[in-house]
Amino acid sequence: MSLDRIFGLYTVGFLGITILIGIGEVFFGLPNTWIGWLFMALSLAIYVVIGVVTRTSNPDQYYVAGRSVPAFYNGMATGSDWMSAASFISMAGALSVQGFAGLAYVMGWTGGYLLLAVFLGPYLRQFGAYTIPDFLGARYGGNMARIIGVLGAIACSLMYLIAQVTGVGFIVARFIGIDFNIGVFLGLVGVLLCSVLGGMKSVTWTQVAQYIILIISYLVPVVYMSWTIFSIPIPELTYGQLLQRNNASAIAVTRDPKEKETRALWKKDADEITAKLKEPGLSEADRTKLTAQRTIAVTQSRAPAASDDAKLGNYLTAPTGTGMWNFLALTFCLMVGTAGLPHILTRYYTTPSVRQARTTCGWALFCIFLLYFTAPAYAAFARFALYARLVGSKITELPAWVNLWKPAGLFEVVDKNGDGIVQWADFVLKSSDFVVLATPEIAGLPFVITGLVMAGGLAAALSTADGLLLTIANAISHDLYYNVIDPRASLVKRLTITKVFLVVTAVVAAYIATYRLSLIVELVAWAFSLAGASFFPALVMGIWWKRTNKWGANIGMLVGLGVTLYYMIGSRFFGVSWFGTTTISSAIFGLPAGFLTIWIVSLLTAPPPKEIQDLVVSVRYPKSGQATKGDPLGRDAKGVFAH
Amino acid sequence: MAELTEKQKQEYWRYNVRLTTILLIIWFVVTYIISGIMAGWLNQFSIIGFPLGYYMAAQGSLAIFVIEIAVYALLMNKKDLEYGIIEGD
Repeated sequence: MSLDRIFGLYTVGFLGITILIGIGEVFFGLPNTWIGWLFMALSLAIYVVIGVVTRTSNPDQYYVAGRSVPAFYNGMATGSDWMSAASFISMAGALSVQGFAGLAYVMGWTGGYLLLAVFLGPYLRQFGAYTIPDFLGARYGGNMARIIGVLGAIACSLMYLIAQVTGVGFIVARFIGIDFNIGVFLGLVGVLLCSVLGGMKSVTWTQVAQYIILIISYLVPVVYMSWTIFSIPIPELTYGQLLQRNNASAIAVTRDPKEKETRALWKKDADEITAKLKEPGLSEADRTKLTAQRTIAVTQSRAPAASDDAKLGNYLTAPTGTGMWNFLALTFCLMVGTAGLPHILTRYYTTPSVRQARTTCGWALFCIFLLYFTAPAYAAFARFALYARLVGSKITELPAWVNLWKPAGLFEVVDKNGDGIVQWADFVLKSSDFVVLATPEIAGLPFVITGLVMAGGLAAALSTADGLLLTIANAISHDLYYNVIDPRASLVKRLTITKVFLVVTAVVAAYIATYRLSLIVELVAWAFSLAGASFFPALVMGIWWKRTNKWGANIGMLVGLGVTLYYMIGSRFFGVSWFGTTTISSAIFGLPAGFLTIWIVSLLTAPPPKEIQDLVVSVRYPKSGQATKGDPLGRDAKGVFAH
Repeated sequence: MAELTEKQKQEYWRYNVRLTTILLIIWFVVTYIISGIMAGWLNQFSIIGFPLGYYMAAQGSLAIFVIEIAVYALLMNKKDLEYGIIEGD
């Protein structure tokens, strides 16, 4: 059966089962917890079946899916590899809180693919290796570059992986109501069953299946909302109208005397807490609690537009000055980070040819674009629900979705000035995740859609976790063990070691996730800057400038990493500030430092050997018939195990 | 198919570099100038209900990125065929 047929049937089947569950809910009163369980069991079962069916012990299949994944499917796999729990659940919420400034994420996480497409993807494929450290090792002749690559890959990927596992626990706990730690464990089993047996081959096809679930579940609620409000099922076209209505509401809220009164009360709270914080002898716990309260009070006391006569609310206003600098810097860092993350780069090794590597990048961005193009619409619809349906209602007659989601602790509705009416400033947001999670209920959809969203969030978290896990395990087993420690290891031994490290890495990640460190989310954002500043310059220079030598690359990677880390830690903990740049954009300094170092050091030291230079030039030209012959380095199945 | 001659290689590479440069210039202008620095000014205009600056950052730029990558893949793959490079996938 052809791939199109298999995945076509799969999509139809999944939709059919969703409809069946929906019928069960509407006509036979299927309880919500059952729906949650059904969706989780169903989707995990699908992934595990794919994982088992695609099991393999052929190294070429295990490391790079036999270099045989067609562009369209590779695009979907890249899409779900890329889109994590954060993209799926948190991004729309962040947009809804941050307004224009949040668009840095949307642009950064898509624009990076252009860098990937024109600078790296096709050339990495032509170079033909198994992993990114593999490329660095071959290009910069020696274990030094390989080991820096391994450390970089692990550092970026592990934090990211922990966040995904945390995401799984969070989703499962929220929708099914079981313990967070059991949720983490379930996620762990799901991820391992998909990756241990078939490596990259299993992960690729599971990711395709996961992409289909995640994109359907992301689009359904917001398409439905667009349909009910505007009778047009394309939210991307209609939410402009909504932005206008929201904008009018924001200005009205800014002017309204009752709102002003409420904001003044919050302001008074904030001032009182500030005074309290100055008192001596406060315990650390009290101080943390008061600071958190003050942050809420300050946020609530802010009007949604700059002044009474503003034309645009804050939501639509582009930042200026330092705000604009940070917006641009963040966009840039996310872009180079996207193009430097090892788990995405390895996907290009799985394409059959250079031309398919180019097409893969196109499909990948298209698959990602479908979600990111819709995320700002989600944000606008959620804000509309707040302005139009919550603000002005009686505190005793709140909309149904408010009562449904209030126990989850994502937000609170208070009556600050005691007039019995909900003001904008009475809505206290605790976690912007409510935007995606609660949209189905806001839209008045049955619970089955909420279950679908859960399955989508789970798919997003698991698919990214799969890719990351494989990257880490391969970095340790293939690059560190096989290439550095024991190049004579037999094939069986190598694959066994990879499998052992898959399990070990997953268990370590799950164990750290159970601590639920709040720092993790922050560290994930840092991973982009780290990947951008360390890998991106060394990869781009390695491909585009044959004169780049190992000293340049090694020192350049370390300098890029060093400068970025210095600014990150300095600005986060010790008050360092260059041009008022935020911590998350640290690569804006590390990246140029990396490029510059590679250039200068390479020129100061001897050029790389002739065969490496010839190799760099040869990578520019795809060759006829190479898709059937294996790659130029002879690293495919036959060549790599010869020694 | 025989190997490319030196001259063909130079032409092929020059074409690639030129295409890459053009795409990157568009990428830069769209992201940092239009959706960034000029967005505040562009917001006074509106397109299907969106303030233009917001629209470019939220939708326009994304659509342009997709088109750019598609154009790159199409043109380069076409160029390969022109030079008789058939990888046989």
